[in-house]
Amino acid sequence: MPIDYYLNIAASGLLTGLVYGLAALGLSVIFGVVRVVNFAHGEMMVAGMYGAVLLGGWLGLDPLLSAPVMAALLFACGWLLQRGLVNKFVERPEHMQFILLLGVATILVNAMLMLFGPDARNVQVPYSFDTVEIGSMLLDAVRLRAGAAAIVVAAALFAFFRFSRTGKAIRACADNPLGARVVGLNIDGLYALTFGIGAAVVGVAGALMTLLVDARPQLAPEYTLLSFIIVIVGGLGSLPGALLGGVLIGMSEALAGFLLTPSLKSLFSYGVLIVVLLLRPQGLLGKRS
Amino acid sequence: MSGLSGVMVSGVTGRGLVLLALAALGLAVAPFVADRYLVSVLTTVLWFAYVGQAWNVMMGFSGLLSLGHALYVGLGAYVSAALFVHFGIGPWAGMVLAMLVAVAAGCVIGFLGFRFGVKGVHFALLTIAFAEVARIGFDHITWVGGSGGFFLPVEAGATDPLNLRGSPVLFYYVALALVVGALFLSRALLHSRLGYQWLAVREEPDAAEASGVDLFRARMTAVAVSSALTALGGVFQAFYFNNLFPEQVFSMGRSIEIILPAIVGGIGTLVGPILGAFILTPLGEALTFLIEAGGLDLPGLKQLFYGAALVVIVVFRPEGVWPWLARRLRLVRQPGEGA
Repeated sequence: MPIDYYLNIAASGLLTGLVYGLAALGLSVIFGVVRVVNFAHGEMMVAGMYGAVLLGGWLGLDPLLSAPVMAALLFACGWLLQRGLVNKFVERPEHMQFILLLGVATILVNAMLMLFGPDARNVQVPYSFDTVEIGSMLLDAVRLRAGAAAIVVAAALFAFFRFSRTGKAIRACADNPLGARVVGLNIDGLYALTFGIGAAVVGVAGALMTLLVDARPQLAPEYTLLSFIIVIVGGLGSLPGALLGGVLIGMSEALAGFLLTPSLKSLFSYGVLIVVLLLRPQGLLGKRS
Repeated sequence: MSGLSGVMVSGVTGRGLVLLALAALGLAVAPFVADRYLVSVLTTVLWFAYVGQAWNVMMGFSGLLSLGHALYVGLGAYVSAALFVHFGIGPWAGMVLAMLVAVAAGCVIGFLGFRFGVKGVHFALLTIAFAEVARIGFDHITWVGGSGGFFLPVEAGATDPLNLRGSPVLFYYVALALVVGALFLSRALLHSRLGYQWLAVREEPDAAEASGVDLFRARMTAVAVSSALTALGGVFQAFYFNNLFPEQVFSMGRSIEIILPAIVGGIGTLVGPILGAFILTPLGEALTFLIEAGGLDLPGLKQLFYGAALVVIVVFRPEGVWPWLARRLRLVRQPGEGA
């Protein structure tokens, strides 16, 4: 049944894409509010992966349970990074911010290389080989859980920005920093909070990713670029766009990996990126500035 | 900043000229006094100074952030190496095609970027995307070895400067010539009509356009010059190392290494990339030496150091080391100072 085959592959691509989307969501939140591109995003994600690997090894913790721990840890790191370093650069030229975070990324990825070595590490879960039958499709249990968890976290994030007072304040900051300052919002504090939230989200995405992929330091720059691609495809600053972009890239990767060879799959994402940059530079769901 | 960057002989103080002459003399005689290892380190320094200078034309002079310069290095390297291996065409002829291919790639990126209004971060990302596409693509081109690597034939002891085969000292002088050539070319360009257009486009694109500068043309020429120069660096690399791997040549890490000297030395300055390379590479080498002497095996420490250097420089000396040093040591005249 070839059509079932494709459906199956598309569905697993979609589930992986949800985790990609979650990672990109973190990048989008930071860029949308602080207006700084977090070039160390993939590095933070891989830090989340190693955290889950370590917690899995020491305590036998399921990555789904490690995720909140990594969220808390990375929130603290993101908050400190914004307070200590990035905040000074908010008003500086774009390329300075870029170079700063490039430096941070280089430090992080090589620190991980020195700590954990270049070899792949994974987490053992009892359901790693289970499959779930849905209609005519057979889906991996790990993929289903990771995708479902990504949806839950994304929904919580949407709810936070939509309904909570702090979330609204952050949105006000994003819309009009000067106006937000005028009405008495603590911009620097909210920026630090936002960077922390973005880092926490990508930390969760990293922990979930260990269900699907083994942790390696070399993944970090790939994930940084992947998150960028997704955010630009979906629309910078648009949260639903990031999720949509993630799903799109996840599915196209899965199909390209199946139809061509797996090593060519990321070529496909870059193709999608170049097309979107040229035809719709604001992204699929982005607003024209 | 441009006041400092524009000067080399005009505006350089007597002290600056003496220092410049000493540095040139020192580099010219270095292979006669230095051992093999030192010559190889100096060659690496000069290579990074050269490609940093080439990158500087885009970022420093024209304000175009390229984070994919490994693409031009790689294209230059692979084109010249393929011509040599498959057709027996030497690098001096091959470099013409190597530069043309790199310029063509640069023009495609530039055309797409500038015509469709891809700016700032997005433009930087476009450059990364093309470099990554090349990396993955070359992994699959078996004609040039694919991911298994592409190797140039090496004959021990053969000296054939016409084919750029020879001792490390030959390569040292070729690298030195590249650096000197790029320095003079950059200076000439900066003081030309085109150079002033670049600076105007970098500082105030809207104002530049309003006063009649063709933004598209100015930016495209910057990309073309930068990619052509960088491709030459690639040709050098191919014949110096005799092996090419897409994972190394086109990697993001290589692109970052290329931008480091100019950032550390001073973006947009003429001496900056050279000074930056002379600061970074020896420090990196010393670090490697210390690690090995300590009996440790820590891959990544050198890169970690480079990352830390990036952060420290951008936080404390965002304009780079050279403008600060030139002021402190009075190597150049300050604005307002009499001749």
